[in-house]
Amino acid sequence: MTLDMLEPLDRAEITSVNWDSLAPEEAKRLRALGIDEGARIAIAHRGVFIGKDPIALMVGRMNVAIRRVHARAMSVKLV
Amino acid sequence: MSDTQLRKVALVGNPNAGKSALFNALTGARQKIANYPGVTVERKAGRMALPGGGAVELVDLPGSYSLDPSSPDEEVTRQVVQGEFPGEDAPDALVVVVDAANLEQHLVFAQELVALGRPTVVALNMIDLAERDGLMIDAGALSDALGVPVVPTVAVRRRGLDELTKAIEGAGSQDFGQRHAVAELTMTERRLAARNIAKGAIISESGEHRLHASLDKVLLHPWLGPVILFGLLFVVFQAVFAWADPFIGLIEGAIEGVSAGVEASLAEGFVREFLVQGVLAGVGSVVVFLPQIIILFAFILAMEQSGYMARAAFLMDRMMASVGLSGRSFIPLLSSFACAIPGIMATRSIADPKDRLTTILIAPLMTCSARLPVYAIIIAAFIPNTMVAPFVGLQGLVLFGLYVFGIIGAMIVALVLRRTVTKGAASGFIMELPRYQLPPIRDLLIGLWQRAWVFLRRAGTIIFAATIALWVLLSFPEAEPGESQLDASIAGQVADGMHVVLAPIGFNREISLAIIPAMAAREVAVSALATTYAVEAEDEEAEAEGLTERLQAGWSLPTALAFLAWFVFAPQCISTIAVARRETNGWKWPIVMVVYLFALAYVAAGATYWGATALGL
Repeated sequence: MTLDMLEPLDRAEITSVNWDSLAPEEAKRLRALGIDEGARIAIAHRGVFIGKDPIALMVGRMNVAIRRVHARAMSVKLV
Repeated sequence: MSDTQLRKVALVGNPNAGKSALFNALTGARQKIANYPGVTVERKAGRMALPGGGAVELVDLPGSYSLDPSSPDEEVTRQVVQGEFPGEDAPDALVVVVDAANLEQHLVFAQELVALGRPTVVALNMIDLAERDGLMIDAGALSDALGVPVVPTVAVRRRGLDELTKAIEGAGSQDFGQRHAVAELTMTERRLAARNIAKGAIISESGEHRLHASLDKVLLHPWLGPVILFGLLFVVFQAVFAWADPFIGLIEGAIEGVSAGVEASLAEGFVREFLVQGVLAGVGSVVVFLPQIIILFAFILAMEQSGYMARAAFLMDRMMASVGLSGRSFIPLLSSFACAIPGIMATRSIADPKDRLTTILIAPLMTCSARLPVYAIIIAAFIPNTMVAPFVGLQGLVLFGLYVFGIIGAMIVALVLRRTVTKGAASGFIMELPRYQLPPIRDLLIGLWQRAWVFLRRAGTIIFAATIALWVLLSFPEAEPGESQLDASIAGQVADGMHVVLAPIGFNREISLAIIPAMAAREVAVSALATTYAVEAEDEEAEAEGLTERLQAGWSLPTALAFLAWFVFAPQCISTIAVARRETNGWKWPIVMVVYLFALAYVAAGATYWGATALGL
């Protein structure tokens, strides 16, 4: 299951990330924000319109907005 | 060790660590803002007093997540910290700012900085907000783990500042022998270490950030969120146009007063004309926008400092994505409604270069406040003041339509640009949503003062030069007796040439002439028309007639509508072009911008003129 399929407030861990599918600069930025393999995350909010994009992710005590494209590259398991 | 060893200290840390608030608290309003040479990154520096009596230069570096940069800002931070920035001495000591409530995250970068082996002090900032969230942190344990002094601070309440400056003063005597090994760690290892250090320093942790979460529940609500955002924007625009009026009147009065003073004290001649018609009229026409810009920026700064702006970007992202941009472009475009100059400068926060370029190119399409005087006079003269529905007047509707026209134009242009000249993979949107906090009034005022000053200085110098050039064009060669100065001048002759091109879109010779000085600032078109008609007036009686009546008598409705359509698109502002040149480091993109805007203006005005004529208006 990928990150974009999580329901709000499901707690999950990122098991693997398909970094090759993301632009290198964006991959770097995501990693710098702690969104990486092994990170514990939860979806806090979803965007407004159809497509529910972007996604507000809870990483530790921080909220980070990412796009669904990024979320789709990340495999997660519920914890 | 004495403080004489320290000359320069750099403030560095993650974005949203409260770095700017700490910088303001340590240096007060005595700040120097400039640009790092060769890059469009702002350099903020100020003098910080030390308890020993000395003072050092404190430099506020752009927020970064690591020394592995992913934006021009972060590249500057990396180079300055490592002493590689040309012309900039390496800092003698670092003050690493970390958000106490976000320790695990901010310690990743902090470790990397400590590992450089420079004299370092860590400011454990916003400790009060951490405590509010139920976090108790042991600064001593953190200090032991990092091997450098850690000082708890609350920058906005000025807590811990004395301890911090004392620690900075003492930083020169730190011993740095063995910490270099940490530099070899990978990002993943450093993150693991950060988690362990944070775990060791947090004494107790209870509850979660409740205020933050409950505010987001409302402000990021799928349908309530956008309603609140648009409601807020409506209030902002009301304020910009309603509250600024009395101040604009004051500034206009002051400029008139100075002009009258100059006219009274100088003999008629070249110098007096130059000062009154050139300098005061030209520079004054830009300074009158200061109240609107200050009001708009007060809202924008409050939205930024409270943490709401990131939410606005979040809410707007989807809409911006549909034209190939991201939520980050929302902030610069919002600023452009006051003036494209600060708007274009605000694009610096956009990491993706193609995104940034596209935003710069469409910023002039946001209806800036300089277009208002032009719209106002034409609408008043040609659009009947009737009500089309309760509370909806036709005049207001036309004005609103012109704003919408600009926004839709910008969206279409963005779409086209993203598929042609700024082609590239659709940029993503990755943005930290900082915690909410009440914007500290002191930081708000310092921010306002800086923006006002930057606007006045940049617009002032460019406008000054442009005004002199235009005044010369309008004043030479001098008219023979019986000939009008405008007809005789170089500008008048240029207008004749331009009229050939502009006649097919319904523009008369007066408009062709008015467009030239309007390059300095759009609203000058109004005064230029007034001057032209005043000069043309044959007798005193005709001269006394108002501009509105003269326009009604001289222009057809299709011409007036074409003139409005022209101003939605035309790049009638040298300052904007100059700022675009600065921000894109060359002439290529400003030229692209000017060409496409003039082309659009010409087509839009022509289509309006011929459409209106065909409809028999």
